[in-house]
Amino acid sequence: MTKAAAAFGSIFAILLVQQAALAGPEEDRAAFAAYYQSRFPDIPFAEFANGIYAIDSDARAQWLEIEEFPPYEFAIEVGEAIWSEALPDGSSLGDCFQQPVEDIRTLFPRFDASRGEVVTLEVAINDCRVARDLPPLGYDSQAMISTTAYLAFEARGKILETRVSGNQLGALAAYEAGKRFYYTKRGQLNFACADCHVTSVGQYVRADRLSASLGHPTHFPVYRSKLGTMISLQQRFAGCIRDVRAKPFELQSVEYRNLEYFLNYMSNGLELNGPGARK
Amino acid sequence: MASKIKVKAKLSGDIAEIKTLMLHPMETGARKDPDTGALVPMHHITQLTLTKNGEPIVVANLSTAVAKNPYFSCKVRGAKAGDTLKISWVDNLGATDELETVLG
Repeated sequence: MTKAAAAFGSIFAILLVQQAALAGPEEDRAAFAAYYQSRFPDIPFAEFANGIYAIDSDARAQWLEIEEFPPYEFAIEVGEAIWSEALPDGSSLGDCFQQPVEDIRTLFPRFDASRGEVVTLEVAINDCRVARDLPPLGYDSQAMISTTAYLAFEARGKILETRVSGNQLGALAAYEAGKRFYYTKRGQLNFACADCHVTSVGQYVRADRLSASLGHPTHFPVYRSKLGTMISLQQRFAGCIRDVRAKPFELQSVEYRNLEYFLNYMSNGLELNGPGARK
Repeated sequence: MASKIKVKAKLSGDIAEIKTLMLHPMETGARKDPDTGALVPMHHITQLTLTKNGEPIVVANLSTAVAKNPYFSCKVRGAKAGDTLKISWVDNLGATDELETVLG
């Protein structure tokens, strides 16, 4: 990418942010999607749900091969067992949600006005367990991630429709807090999420190409070949923050939940396609 | 107990492409438990065998370098529809698992 093009991209991104500060979430989302579509005019909107595989053909070829025997299949089976397992009072996790299993992923993250905070799927699962006198699952435990992998799999094909209601006190504030986090520089390397995933999409960091944030939340949790195990979206936040040499926040901290809320909203309109497989 | 092996076999002409995914923890014996500090005992597949109609066609002697939940694939010449393929493994603790599938 030429220096002129990179400069143009930076100016575009700055204008994008300034304009966005005066607009609402829907205007932000439209501008966000428009930016990536102008950067990659040959990629259809829906294809961004595949993350890096939408823009890197070599990685895509390897991904299609691994998808012939997806490494996350075992996690889905474990998750299904956990979901339908009888809890001591005879109910199962599904009973807390009172929705068809294929819809559950689409209900989160959402702003809970009575609690004044963003509730994610993982938090809701633990709320259910605690209400039934069970210990909560660790947010980085394979039990929790397998459960969300199963729910992600069941929801494949559903369209992401995160809601930020102006009528809900705090929803807009949580969205704005997530957005501010996304564009704030941090760490010894002084990078914002946007520096890599907006300005530098398609460029290399060591041996990896940077993916677009548009589409990130649709395919989590993911199986990471590097770790031989599944990770959640918020574990990836922690990893990225560690990579820019900042101190990561706790999983399901208010900062991460607001960021997840913002990112899910930015990917509205894309098809859910989790769980995924990544390097 | 249900087998923890998955297999996909595709026949084209007389060549069968076999892909398998096996559930197995892989411990080299050199890793320490993060909570107790004790060494996690070695636990991995030591021999993987693929037979066609009872006759061994692949015997793999594996060591601590084998992957966790290993994926293994191979192509077999001289296969035909109706052949019975069996994938089986033995690990260093003596546990075994196997799965049979019919090429079709």
